[in-house]
Amino acid sequence: MQSLFLRGPSVTLRTIVLVALSIMIMTADHRWHHLEAARGVLETYIIFPLRYLINIPADLVSWTDESFSSHQTLLDDNRDLREQQLRAQVSLQKLSILEKENERLRKMLSARPKVGELVLVAELLSIDLDPYKQQVVLNKGSEKEVYLGQPIIDAWGVMGQVLHVGRHSSTALLISDPSHAIPVQINRNGLRSTAFGTGQAHKLELRYIPHSADIEIGDLIVTSGLGERFPPNYPVGRIIEIERPAGETFATVIAEPLAHLDRSREVLLVWHNPPVKKTEKIEPEEPGIKP
Amino acid sequence: MGKCYRVVLPTLILALMLEMMPLPDWAGPFRPNWMALVMIYWAMALPEHVGVTLAWIFGLLLDVTQGAILGQHAIGMVLIVYLVHMQYQRIRVFSLVQQAMVVFFLLIIKQLLVLWVSGIMGRAPDLGQYFFPSLVGAMIWPWLFVILRDLRRRFARNRTF
Repeated sequence: MQSLFLRGPSVTLRTIVLVALSIMIMTADHRWHHLEAARGVLETYIIFPLRYLINIPADLVSWTDESFSSHQTLLDDNRDLREQQLRAQVSLQKLSILEKENERLRKMLSARPKVGELVLVAELLSIDLDPYKQQVVLNKGSEKEVYLGQPIIDAWGVMGQVLHVGRHSSTALLISDPSHAIPVQINRNGLRSTAFGTGQAHKLELRYIPHSADIEIGDLIVTSGLGERFPPNYPVGRIIEIERPAGETFATVIAEPLAHLDRSREVLLVWHNPPVKKTEKIEPEEPGIKP
Repeated sequence: MGKCYRVVLPTLILALMLEMMPLPDWAGPFRPNWMALVMIYWAMALPEHVGVTLAWIFGLLLDVTQGAILGQHAIGMVLIVYLVHMQYQRIRVFSLVQQAMVVFFLLIIKQLLVLWVSGIMGRAPDLGQYFFPSLVGAMIWPWLFVILRDLRRRFARNRTF
């Protein structure tokens, strides 16, 4: 029954067919994103159980850590958290007053009131992806209505957006990935730009900023909300380096992300309602804005 | 016919898990291509059962786990299994060191393909670092070979060569 040699042509033929199929799939996946559903099915039924298994040791470590921490540690933690809570509460009081005031003023200007955002806490799974890509795996999926392109933030700033959705888990692309760009503005003066990832977790590059632009080291950059993928006014990073090379059209501006891209374990998924009416999309022009 | 899959599939799934296992940051770029290594072994040992189709399926799974574009690793897996099928009688009689060298070249071919596709997508990683996994893979090949051979012999006593 078993021949010593494999039947040559059939192997070659199958290889050619599979290679052609791979190329077709790659094209379809890259250009038109047609295969998200197929990827979701594979991720949900085959990969997720494996990921879950791999994550068990990490879960176990944090569980034992919690279970066997001393009474004193817990008391200390508790006191610290209470204190933090109090501080947060105080600043929230001020914030709520400001928010009310802002709403009133916006009403007076008959501008659109700011829409509240819904959030959900997700945890990162301890799963390694390609070390040359800035991606993370979250433990929430379409089951919790996570959607493609959904923004994720951590306690300090914007982290990235959802790239693939499975049923119980999803993959997110961080803002530091070279293929990621996020529309931002300088908080101080509203100067708009786009922050591109560089592949390094501590560096973003702001492109197309002219030499003459009013920009300083230490400036806070926030999401501008243009493109309607990210909600506006979330902190993204801080300018750490500005170079104005002679002979170049644009300045080289480097920012450091505020979000702890390589450290955060807990992240927030944000649902924000994009503006409904077309006419309301146009943001008022501010003085001193460059394209 | 189906019996050998009782050994083949678990080892392949284990390889898939090893590809996802969290490593410290410095070790990430050195992670060997477990999937490709295990697949090379089975394609060489059981070429009638482990063929390009199985390689393609597991390549797709690898794509999903790595967050790569679908087909990127699959095409590499198919091609290395094809190359193994062309030469398996010869590779089998090589010494472990010679085999490790062949494996190194196979892994390099796969990495090159993956690199090439990444390059077309516009995000080519650092070339030098990208070859470390192949080197580490070739270095662990002798051990992996012995482990998998013993496994195969234990579970499939009726097959001998």
